Amino acid sequence: MTYARVRVKRRTLMWIEILLFALLIITAITIVRLNDLFAAAMLSGIFSVLCASLFTLMDAVDVAFTEAAVGAGISTVLMIGALALTGSREDQQPTRLGPFVVVVLTGAMLIYGTLDMPAYGDPGAPIHQHVAPEYIAGTTTEFGIPNIVTAVLGSYRGFDTLGETAVIFTAGVGVMALLLGRRKRQGKVESTDASGDGNG
Amino acid sequence: MEALGIWNYWVVVLLMMIGLYAVIARDHLVKKLIGLGMFQVAVIMFYVSMGKVTGGTAPIIPEDVPAEGVLYSNPLPHVLMLTAIVVGVATLAVGLALVVRIREAYGTVEEDELQRMNGAGS
Repeated sequence: MTYARVRVKRRTLMWIEILLFALLIITAITIVRLNDLFAAAMLSGIFSVLCASLFTLMDAVDVAFTEAAVGAGISTVLMIGALALTGSREDQQPTRLGPFVVVVLTGAMLIYGTLDMPAYGDPGAPIHQHVAPEYIAGTTTEFGIPNIVTAVLGSYRGFDTLGETAVIFTAGVGVMALLLGRRKRQGKVESTDASGDGNG
Repeated sequence: MEALGIWNYWVVVLLMMIGLYAVIARDHLVKKLIGLGMFQVAVIMFYVSMGKVTGGTAPIIPEDVPAEGVLYSNPLPHVLMLTAIVVGVATLAVGLALVVRIREAYGTVEEDELQRMNGAGS
């Protein structure tokens, strides 16, 4: 492949990225404006798939399929389940000025903060100079597995993954503690309705 | 031209602020959680776009091609963000469970009504 053709390809990729980012912003604004929350939950699934496409373009294939499985799959299912229990209509409400001003100010400050960031895709950025080259070189010699992300996740940073597991466990215990009581209380109400005795 | 090189961070900031607006301006608690998820995806996008190297490829070592001279994108943000996605869905699950409990206790999940009830109660 000649140099010119590679350049054209990169340019095309950049336009695809810009198109996906534009779709992402439109989806996000629509989600915030919708009053029907079932539709919003569905759109948040589309939002996740668009993000996964962008992650693929940014070479983060592992992040992409995790986002597609977790964001578009599990999160949407959880949200629809919760909406079935709580009702999916949101009250109509006007655009408020106060939050809008806060958001614009925060965004302006964050953009000011990015002005010193290295350019997008710059190979000389500080993030690429520290431990990442060691991980890339060490994966072949120390582990011999093809996927560098797996090597870092499972071995170089195994304690992070252990901490993640602890977080998931805690969250599972929390959800069970919140929702198991619900079933018991509902059962109590039903048995009270059925038999009429209130000393449960 | 130098300012155009960081457009990806500006898109991320825009996305983040849309999520933040949903969290602080909308009343329905599930909508707030959707906004929180959007904010979180923006943070993930920020990290992943920092790890991108122009002309680089996904950090997977090909079997037959000699490894020298291949430019990989930075795998470290990918690893950290994998953890963040999974922790994010755990947060979402706990948040939704809390919303279900609030609905059970108050009969509504609209924040303004909840505040009115709490104000009238105390």
